Amino acid sequence: MARITLKNLAHSYSANPKSDSDFALKEMDHVWDDGGAYALLGSSGCGKSTLLNIISGLLRPSQGRVLFGDTDMTDAATAQRNIAQVFQFPVVYDTMTVRDNLAFPLRNRGMDAKYIADRVAQIARMIGMEETLNRKAQGLTADAKQKISLGRGMVREDVNAILFDEPLTVIDPHMKWELRTQLKQLHRQFGHTMIYVTHDQTEALTFADKVVVMYDGRVVQMGTPQELFETPAHTFVGYFIGSPGMNLFDAKIEGNRAHLQGASVQLGAAYGPITGRTQIGIRPEFAVLTKGEGLPVSIRRVEDVGRHRLVRAEAAGQPLNIVVPEGLPIGADMTHVSFVADKINVYADDWRVSATSVERAA
Amino acid sequence: MALQLEGVSRVVAGRVHIHPTTLTLQKGTMNVLLGPTLSGKTSLMRLMAGLDAPTTGRILWDGQDVTGVRVQDRGVAMVYQQFINYPGLSVYENIASPLRITGVARDEIDRRVRETAEMMRLTPMLDRKPLELSGGQQQRCALARALVKGAGLVLLDEPLANLDYKLREELRVEIPRIFEASGAIFVYATTEPEEALLLGGHTAALHQGWVAQFGPTPTVYRQPADMTTARVFSDPPMNFVSCFKEGHRINFGDRANAPADGVFAALPDGRYTAGFRANHLEMNKHSGQAVEFPCVLGVSEITGSETFLHIHHGDDRWVGLVHGVHDLTPGDHVSLWLDPAHVYLFDANGQLAAPAAYALDELKGAA
Repeated sequence: MARITLKNLAHSYSANPKSDSDFALKEMDHVWDDGGAYALLGSSGCGKSTLLNIISGLLRPSQGRVLFGDTDMTDAATAQRNIAQVFQFPVVYDTMTVRDNLAFPLRNRGMDAKYIADRVAQIARMIGMEETLNRKAQGLTADAKQKISLGRGMVREDVNAILFDEPLTVIDPHMKWELRTQLKQLHRQFGHTMIYVTHDQTEALTFADKVVVMYDGRVVQMGTPQELFETPAHTFVGYFIGSPGMNLFDAKIEGNRAHLQGASVQLGAAYGPITGRTQIGIRPEFAVLTKGEGLPVSIRRVEDVGRHRLVRAEAAGQPLNIVVPEGLPIGADMTHVSFVADKINVYADDWRVSATSVERAA
Repeated sequence: MALQLEGVSRVVAGRVHIHPTTLTLQKGTMNVLLGPTLSGKTSLMRLMAGLDAPTTGRILWDGQDVTGVRVQDRGVAMVYQQFINYPGLSVYENIASPLRITGVARDEIDRRVRETAEMMRLTPMLDRKPLELSGGQQQRCALARALVKGAGLVLLDEPLANLDYKLREELRVEIPRIFEASGAIFVYATTEPEEALLLGGHTAALHQGWVAQFGPTPTVYRQPADMTTARVFSDPPMNFVSCFKEGHRINFGDRANAPADGVFAALPDGRYTAGFRANHLEMNKHSGQAVEFPCVLGVSEITGSETFLHIHHGDDRWVGLVHGVHDLTPGDHVSLWLDPAHVYLFDANGQLAAPAAYALDELKGAA
């Protein structure tokens, strides 16, 4: 197990990068704690796979260093890095039994038979495959094969880190639940440093202690699920986390008030002078339909998502999403929308602005 | 106008892929096939399309028997999980290709390609090649090709499964709009309950080759006919606990009990399985009737605004979805509360004995 340090790290796929846009990964400095569960989250092309490949050694960065603990690994090959990897699609030896598949990484390192038997039994229990240990992998479902891949990724206790690259893509929703829970349990139990790459926010948020959100080759925020939800550092985080994402309104900020098109909103704190394009962001969960308080709203459509309803509406000349909990009626008298003041974030040129003084809304 | 399946089944090499199924899909409706992998969604679609011949039964289109009619001679379009486009052709030519094969006049092709591209928001990309597009745009191109024919039956087999989460969200909003504009019968296969709810229309819950239930989507969700449908249509999975009705009480064990009123009052005494969804378990007592369950916590997962709790209740494994952020220690003992209005009762055969009171209110409110 090891702490992972990324020092002035950057990568360009072109030989002579000239401008910022030539870099798939823009310069970054990060220390990832030993034993942490991290998720790398972003849409395709954001640089998350590039970063993972640099950590695993499949790719040499064009600039900067990668350290495991205090050891510089930048030039070390994947095999020397002592890491385990689980990929999007199952990688299993069809002609081997499930048991031999799970034991493979241990046998390769010449562990003794007793240890291997115990460890394989433990992992098999974890992934719920005790009954199938003696079966050939051939003919198992894609789900089962991916469980073997996961099990094999976790069978070694002495790895520096375990890297997961979208490991649950081929798995059914119900099975996803089980496997995600088991991964989390394994993390609690063994304390491996885990890095989990995904474009699925639910997977990222539920798996990780710290989520690293990437956008356009940059880490735009590294934080707990709660921080990403309540105080997105960048409008991209607001959009990408949450379903639907945060509502954004162009606004002029004056102290503790935001002036929108034809309306004004109380903020939870006061702000100093801000330059650039200023916006306020409010999550659909913190927008509340009212009978008169707040901004006038026109409701366009109501979608029943089961445990809540999604109201597609328009306010201050812009589309707006509102989440209404199950069981709360949406009457014709719901003509306004109010925002929970201390849940409003202020942005200048897409980056979150800190308040100069926090005050309770009256 | 309708597509009717009458006792349609499919058996391959002695294995039943689809049990005898009778379904009527009306023109201009959205129909979701919801079920886990291998539940028969794709098999059923292939039968509807005419790609496979049924082992038994008939398929009627507007009352005409089309069971033996080749897929080419039916007005059918299909979109798969993998975006299938011609990589060498421009987006324009990709969309035009089904019309070129059938010999539609040039002007008419141009008109329909542009109209469909506009609907799919592909107009600015018409001259590009599919590989120069984002994943979402590529799938929109495949959708456009399916729609341009004006087929009466459009089959979409997990069309968003390979897309990024956010693109999926975006297309989920667009698909009902596109469907409304087309007037065709849409059939949409998915493994995800939330997707079915967002698409609306009608839903068929599939399990092991059976259509367990077919009806308006909110009804199937709130009034599942049996435990199979309830399981298929719940994500996180529905929680179950054994219970016993005796007179005016329902006992859940551990002295936990609730009055058997409303729809429960008329049920005969005996053993039932109570089912409830994850979001109806609460950390606090919100209703006077709420039943207390002593539980042991497994891991908890925080999503930002809510927390998933993995729970052991005796031998039962449950999932709870509660508001707020709760960082709880695995192994902790905790009480969870359940309002009996959120409880479904299933009989010994797994059939719905009584729906949850709240569900009846919700359905009434929507009507």
